[in-house]
Amino acid sequence: MRSRETMIGLVLLGLLLVAPLVIYPVFLMKVLCFALFACAFNLLIGYVGLLSFGHAMFFGFAAYVAGHTIKVWGWPTEVGILAAALIAAAMGLVVGLIAIRRQGIYFAMVTLALSQMVYFFCIQAKFTGGEDGIQAIPRRPVFGFIDISKDLTLYYFVLAIFLVGFLLIYRTIHSPFGQVLKAIRENEPRAISLGYRVDQYKLLAFVLSAGLAGLAGATKAIVFQLASLTDVQWQMSGEVVLMTLVGGMGTVLGPVVGAGIIVAMQNYLKGLGEWVLVIQGIIFVLTVLVFRRGVVGEIWALLSRSKPGQRPGA
Amino acid sequence: MFELIGVPPQVLFGQLLLGLINGAFYALLSLGLAVIFGMLNVINFAHGAQYMLGAFGAWLLLKYTGIPYWGALVIVPLVIGAFGIVLERLFLSRLYHLDHLYGLLLTFGLAIIFEGVARYVFGASGVSYENPIPGGVNLGFMFLPYYRAWVIVFSLAVCLATWFMIERTKLGSYLRAAVERPDLVQAMGINVPLMITLTYGFGVALAALAGVLAAPVYSVTPKIGAEIIIVVFAVVVIGGMGSIMGSVVTGFGLGLVEGLTKVFYPEASNIVIFVIMAIVLVLRPAGLFGTAK
Repeated sequence: MRSRETMIGLVLLGLLLVAPLVIYPVFLMKVLCFALFACAFNLLIGYVGLLSFGHAMFFGFAAYVAGHTIKVWGWPTEVGILAAALIAAAMGLVVGLIAIRRQGIYFAMVTLALSQMVYFFCIQAKFTGGEDGIQAIPRRPVFGFIDISKDLTLYYFVLAIFLVGFLLIYRTIHSPFGQVLKAIRENEPRAISLGYRVDQYKLLAFVLSAGLAGLAGATKAIVFQLASLTDVQWQMSGEVVLMTLVGGMGTVLGPVVGAGIIVAMQNYLKGLGEWVLVIQGIIFVLTVLVFRRGVVGEIWALLSRSKPGQRPGA
Repeated sequence: MFELIGVPPQVLFGQLLLGLINGAFYALLSLGLAVIFGMLNVINFAHGAQYMLGAFGAWLLLKYTGIPYWGALVIVPLVIGAFGIVLERLFLSRLYHLDHLYGLLLTFGLAIIFEGVARYVFGASGVSYENPIPGGVNLGFMFLPYYRAWVIVFSLAVCLATWFMIERTKLGSYLRAAVERPDLVQAMGINVPLMITLTYGFGVALAALAGVLAAPVYSVTPKIGAEIIIVVFAVVVIGGMGSIMGSVVTGFGLGLVEGLTKVFYPEASNIVIFVIMAIVLVLRPAGLFGTAK
């Protein structure tokens, strides 16, 4: 059903192109940044079976790097974002080397602990601005001539970044490399016995995921002109887990839908203060108990029930 | 006044004592985590939140019923342990046939619900709990507050009692057998689901007990749970969850290391446990006391 997938993709792309005419662009950009973040996270949990509970460290630290290089060092916007993504990927390499030594639940605990370490580093380091964060990050023209000071033009720049990241993940999942990742998720000992160097595959996936999470964080820093501790905190790692879970782990579009739902919810419930946290917790519990496939996963399941012989989330 | 490596002994021993206190909480909490994990195969992310609820529970009892600290030490773990049993029956028991990650995700959801409710009820700045045994004794090289001595002695006693119960009693032998082969133990006519439920309740009660113990030492805020549970995860990874004594020794040991870091290189005191975790993972991935896997 390749043609149907392409159809869905083109329709969604069309919607994304006209969306800012109807919906507030800053909200849409926030959704796109989190959607890319969640897609990067989903590459690990959905396709390799690794639950990283510390992805905020890449997202948040990349935001700081982009903020610092662009504001203090005066780097061009696109170079700053690229540098941030590369630094996040390098962090992913180090964290990955340590974390993939354990599996399953331990992997989650190790990534959470390491991200807390990055959080404490960010509190103490000078360049992050401590509690204030890095504020008023300038929006300089991209490539020197695309003016992104207006929200609408910036939206299309963010959309382009999102599409690059999304297509990279899509290609990865559908490449031979992606097939090996799925084999590791389904049965790691068998993948080893077939001669795959499982650890190298996991590490590469982790680095890719970290780099893309960094790309998302850096882009968010440009959109909001702010890099702060919120983005490196463990709550942020929890949020991206929630988005992916609600949308559907291991589905291509699930994280995008999940990011849309959670960001919209946060926007509408802003006035409720502490209850947002409680509501997020309740959604977590309900999703895990009765709705494990997530929105997109359930829709796929419905569609494939009516048309037998299809694999959900393919 | 003599000095040790350029540090006055009052400061050094003061920080070591604080480190031991922190270590006592790490030990109690990682012990509970290990007991729950052994039986349920679930990492109880809500463990920190249940510890936080224990601390607030002691405060509520004192404020609204006038029940003092010593009463809270018994009542709060019982109530919160019973609450844990309800959680296990209602939610966790539905996930045992699934990947272990779902248990972690579910308890994470519970943890943020508890934290959100606590923030709503008590406010982000939290409350403070009066020290039930004020005063202390001057040991010459340092001043030892009575309450801190009590925390260390009592938590050690609880850890040892738990170890004894699991390793040396009949009930403990059922428990250990059920961890290895639940199906076989069930076939012997022992009610394994009931044991699982009670184990979770016991683990949660331990967390609540740690919370009551902690209430007079630290300021009681809704975020103490999340803060400590992340460190305890690192402690558990360092020690490995295979042995009970292992968690106790690792807990106290890491508390001491943290205290020492505060004396000699305070900037790193927040991250020293995470750094040790990274080193242990590189050198001995299974943890100091863990066996492979």
